[in-house]
Amino acid sequence: MATTKKKKHKEIFALGNEAVVEGALLAGCDFYAGYPITPSTEIAEEMARRLPHLEEGVFIQMEDEIAGLGAVIGASLAGRKAMTATSGPGFSLMQEHIGYASITETPLVLVNVMRAGPSTGMPTSPAQGDVQQARWGTHGDHPIIVLSAGDVQECLEMTVTAFNFAEKYRTPVILLLDEVTAHTREKITIPDPEDIYVCSRLLPSMPPEWYMPFEDNMRGVSAMPPLGSGYRYHVTGLTHDDHGYPTSKPKEVESFINRIFRKIDQFFYDIQIVDEIQCEDAEACIIAYGCVGRAAEMAVQMARQQGEKVGLLKLKTLFPFPRPFVEKMLRQCSSVLVPEMNMGQISREVKRVNQGQSKVNTINRIDGQIITPGEILKKILKG
Amino acid sequence: MAKVTQLIHDYLRHSKKFPHVFCPGCGHGIVLGSLIRSVHAQDIPKDDIVLVAGIGCSGRIPVYVDFNTVHTTHGRALTFATGIKLANPRLKVIVIMGDGDAMSIGGNHLIHAARRNIGLTTLVLNNHIYGMTGGQSSSTTPFGCYSTTTPYGQMEKEFDIAEISKACGANFVARATVMQANLMDRLISTALVNPGFNLVEAITPCHTQFGRKNKYKSTVDMYKWLKKNSVSMEKYKELPPEKQKDVVSTGVLTHNECAGLEERYVQMRLKITGEAK
Repeated sequence: MATTKKKKHKEIFALGNEAVVEGALLAGCDFYAGYPITPSTEIAEEMARRLPHLEEGVFIQMEDEIAGLGAVIGASLAGRKAMTATSGPGFSLMQEHIGYASITETPLVLVNVMRAGPSTGMPTSPAQGDVQQARWGTHGDHPIIVLSAGDVQECLEMTVTAFNFAEKYRTPVILLLDEVTAHTREKITIPDPEDIYVCSRLLPSMPPEWYMPFEDNMRGVSAMPPLGSGYRYHVTGLTHDDHGYPTSKPKEVESFINRIFRKIDQFFYDIQIVDEIQCEDAEACIIAYGCVGRAAEMAVQMARQQGEKVGLLKLKTLFPFPRPFVEKMLRQCSSVLVPEMNMGQISREVKRVNQGQSKVNTINRIDGQIITPGEILKKILKG
Repeated sequence: MAKVTQLIHDYLRHSKKFPHVFCPGCGHGIVLGSLIRSVHAQDIPKDDIVLVAGIGCSGRIPVYVDFNTVHTTHGRALTFATGIKLANPRLKVIVIMGDGDAMSIGGNHLIHAARRNIGLTTLVLNNHIYGMTGGQSSSTTPFGCYSTTTPYGQMEKEFDIAEISKACGANFVARATVMQANLMDRLISTALVNPGFNLVEAITPCHTQFGRKNKYKSTVDMYKWLKKNSVSMEKYKELPPEKQKDVVSTGVLTHNECAGLEERYVQMRLKITGEAK
């Protein structure tokens, strides 16, 4: 009996924040803990409405952002795919627990909808000022994956990706949105769940007495059993050995820190997501991300209509920094332009890898307004 | 005695290299012993127990015990425990905190966990001082007492952990000193099986950091003081107010059996998905 299976994808009209929820649920997220903050609140509201309908879904509003991320880590240790969402001030409060999740290798997704700062700043205005904080906000050397999204469909896709990376590499993943992307409402396609790739953490198959929760194996990532499954082990924010017990022996500490970096480094290309738009023959290139990436896409179209060979490298992975893709454009183009809504946080990375190959120009807008395609076009044509 | 020691050994991690971090005369081991006896008496499997702790001397307890153990960040143990309990309500989640952990940096989380009445067993080991960082004052350091950050005497009034938890809506709140091992066993046993948020405040002496600065000649002096000055709740209520402040009241402050948050969550789910009648 040959029946053509009807695809179950559907189209909806959604906010960026709502698309994050759709993506999270597709990825298997069944736990949300957080604290309301503009402009991320719709994520919490939608989760509060949706999660209790799932068989095991849990939503809880905690007393502050510190508690929100704490509960998410607890839930993840207990085997859940868990996430939280926040914005500026809340992101600052969460920094200590990002470090804890990093050292204990706890998978989780943290969505930070960037608003203008510092401090309370302009709660309803967009910015991209948290890029370096996402990379280096928590104290101590630590590996982290930072992703970004620039339109509503990307919000959905990158949330799924964020969960997949978190589970695959046992690491916190930060998804950076901005107020414009989070509050844009547009038509998106929710894919058929069967059409998307969902990765879940590796569970141990060995007997409990053989299990090492932080083993230095080939992948650099150990299997992770949920609490209460018979694998009794110790989780600590102290630097620990393969068994999870605190250690300060130089050899054990060194191999531990090296491993948590290696587990991300050795899968570098797997983690890189960039869009190369009209880059093949580009003589000038824009490097952008988030809502600015969208404006830049328009600017490229406008430039091409004028016969100018302009390309766009749209970064969806921000950290680990997509150095090989950026270097390629730096070699190829006489100038690159990094427009961003901060004082130069990604252009700093671009300049770091440039090493005199090309001219790096910037547009830095910090007045709570988005960068327009016209502005980008004007600047890129100047060279 | 040998039997009791044997029992405790059954629950310790032999792969973890002893000696432990606790000073001679520390009361924390007595509380851990009491916890182990209570867990054993209630016949709870090791696999079902998650022991969550914060930072400080009390935070070092979990690593020695053969349960699922999580050593979290300073003051935030209850937030992790809340996530664990909601993620898997079948687990018996026990939280160990110190006084600085529970009431100073983590005060916000304590009052909200009590208000939510989430199904946790919380032990607050109150030694009235920051032990691990070297004897600074905490929010429970009694008025007038000395510490490295109150070298001229504490000028602030101290918190009463048990009273605050009770006021915030915890189901079961009790207090015992480490000189009352049997009472503590009974209280922790109740706190393990009672629904909702259960808190036992354990008064445990720290001679190294608190006693030496506050005219206790030896550890033994501190234990003697505790033994002499702890009174039952009933007797405490009859004392005149000026005498009340010089003693430690022990026993049960409140005991309710309201459903924990995790049970109410299940009920809510059944209601909205139409499975409840």
